[in-house]
Amino acid sequence: MPDLVIRNLHANITGTDTEILKGIDLQMSKGEIHAIMGPNGSGKSTLSHVLMGHPGYEVTEGEVLFEGQNLLDLAADERSRAGLFLSFQYPFAVPGVTVANFIRMAVNAHRKGGPDGVDNPVRIPEFRKQILEAMELLHIDKSMASRSLNDGFSGGEKKRFEILQMAMLQPKIAVLDETDSGLDIDALRIVSDGINRLVGPNMGTLIITHYQRILDYVKPDQIHVLMDGRIVRSGGAELAHELETSGYADIAKEVVN
Amino acid sequence: MAPETADIDLGEYQWGFHDEENPVIKIERGLNEDVIRQISAHKGEPKWMLDFRLDAYEIFLSKPMPNWGADLSGIDFDNIFYYLKPAESNARSWDDVPDTIKNTFERLGIPEAERKFLAGVGAQYESEVIYHSLKKELEDQGILFLDTGQALLEHEDLFREHFASIIPSADNKFAALNSAVWSGGSFIYVPPGVRIEQPLQAYFRINAENMGQFERTLIIVDEGAYVHYVEGCTAPTYSSDSLHSAVVEILVKKGGRCRYTTIQNWSNNVYNLVTKRAVAEEDATMEWVDGNLGSKVTMKYPAVVLKGERAHGEILSIAFAGEGQSLDAGGKVTHAAPNTTSVITSKSISKDGGRSSYRGLLRVNKGAEGSKSKVVCDALIIDPESRTDTYPYINIMADQVDVGHEATVSRLGEEQIYYLMSRGLSEGEASGMIVAGFVEPITKELPLEYAVEMNRLIQLQMEGSVG
Repeated sequence: MPDLVIRNLHANITGTDTEILKGIDLQMSKGEIHAIMGPNGSGKSTLSHVLMGHPGYEVTEGEVLFEGQNLLDLAADERSRAGLFLSFQYPFAVPGVTVANFIRMAVNAHRKGGPDGVDNPVRIPEFRKQILEAMELLHIDKSMASRSLNDGFSGGEKKRFEILQMAMLQPKIAVLDETDSGLDIDALRIVSDGINRLVGPNMGTLIITHYQRILDYVKPDQIHVLMDGRIVRSGGAELAHELETSGYADIAKEVVN
Repeated sequence: MAPETADIDLGEYQWGFHDEENPVIKIERGLNEDVIRQISAHKGEPKWMLDFRLDAYEIFLSKPMPNWGADLSGIDFDNIFYYLKPAESNARSWDDVPDTIKNTFERLGIPEAERKFLAGVGAQYESEVIYHSLKKELEDQGILFLDTGQALLEHEDLFREHFASIIPSADNKFAALNSAVWSGGSFIYVPPGVRIEQPLQAYFRINAENMGQFERTLIIVDEGAYVHYVEGCTAPTYSSDSLHSAVVEILVKKGGRCRYTTIQNWSNNVYNLVTKRAVAEEDATMEWVDGNLGSKVTMKYPAVVLKGERAHGEILSIAFAGEGQSLDAGGKVTHAAPNTTSVITSKSISKDGGRSSYRGLLRVNKGAEGSKSKVVCDALIIDPESRTDTYPYINIMADQVDVGHEATVSRLGEEQIYYLMSRGLSEGEASGMIVAGFVEPITKELPLEYAVEMNRLIQLQMEGSVG
């Protein structure tokens, strides 16, 4: 069975009848790169947050299996410790909490979540080495380690910080929600390089994007087009270029017909 | 007799246990002239102090209860014990402290902290300081650090010159009460130019039910000298109330500096009504770092009077009000000389229906031209049941002053917590981290050991509130 299996997933905004996801089916495994493309308001970000366990959405139908385990039974922190990661489109600021302390706490939470379930905190020198390496990979200035989480970060710094966390937590499946938005071309190249270095036999990624731009750097195995809460088409990398030239409107017509 | 420590259901509060009582003296409940005479007689005080006490008692009786701030209607003055002497003497060695009491202070980590990083320690249990120490080399430099009652007997002239000179009995009803029945507290004198690099710490422990603790602290920092004094406090959890009403007076002479740090963690049945005021002379600096986590009700507004030119005052306060707690805290600064500066930073957190208020007074007197002040108060509300209020009073009577005031109120965001949880932190860890970050501008001012303790206490409070 694939590592991530999404079957007929329906989700509402919590406490309302507003259905955003209207039956999503998708399967992927570690080592694979999938992209979800779609116009604004199609449900792309909602899908990423429903997978991560955002309290603002409730699943009304369907299931999500992560390595065979029912993901929807888990709280967001348990999903993270199980190996799911979400790079936020709009990360939150937490003043007074430094990047280094936060990532160390997160790393330790993951280590604690291991099979033996006991505290096994990372040793500081080892942690320091790891984070410095990851920061170098992403061309992040060392001074970020002592800044407050996303507090006063530029758009580009926020995105790099998200990928830094991904590098440190080493998820099995990483969902990247509009990681390319707000990045200039140089930053996009650096972040993409970082993603390419991290994707491999132990990690798969689901790239959610509005534009095919990032897909020039991170080559997807499969592309899915999301419209009005459903995946309306899936295909290989060539689908991105088709979309780029003809736009979503043509597909919309196609789907209606 | 074997010491017995009764453990009760602590809930989130770690220090709610109490010891079996074995007092040397315990004066009957309630307050009257005879109780005051007994206290004074037991202490063998000079007559002027008895007269001072009796006069203060008259003032206490004549003043109405405050009709502002927190609700004090639950205080039953007749039900309080005003004096309890727990041990024969004020020991200089922990070995001479009765076992029960020594064990309690060991549980509180005081002897360990003393060994690790303190220059001196005073430990008060009920009404009396039962242990006192000061490093030999500091004693040799002429530093005085002893319990206030002892200072009255041993250094009467110095004591009398300053006692009640900054906070007179008539200052407010609870200052009058303290003046009438005061016992224990710290007396510190730092000679000119002497800097004490490690903190001095006092720890205040209430043990008996319905106890009243009325310590009196007097600190004199002479010219160019420096001291950092830290106080901590806890009490057992009982179903009926106790009362803590202290008075702290500080004089910082020309060019001196005093930092006074409080980590208040009373159990949730203690009324904590404290008057604290410092006078800073020319080029002197006074800093209050005031952390309030415990108590049922707290009313406390550490004050600085900037009396000399270029004096600087700083007040950093944290209030964390949980279920059933009302914390009315803040600060007061009076600019009474030209070119004086002050900063008030207040952070409050309210959760589980708790109520916190910032109440501050900034006053710039006529003639205090060129003064600058900045007031920042931020409130964080954890859940919709909780409440926060801000009462910033500003009174400026001088020209050419620079005064800034900022206030924010924020709510602990579900999405902010979700963001941290998505990285693997539990809900409690996530909310604790957000709160620790919120108070970080203040905890970073604490010595490492206390910053760790403060963050641990906040984490405990937050973990108790979720899941």
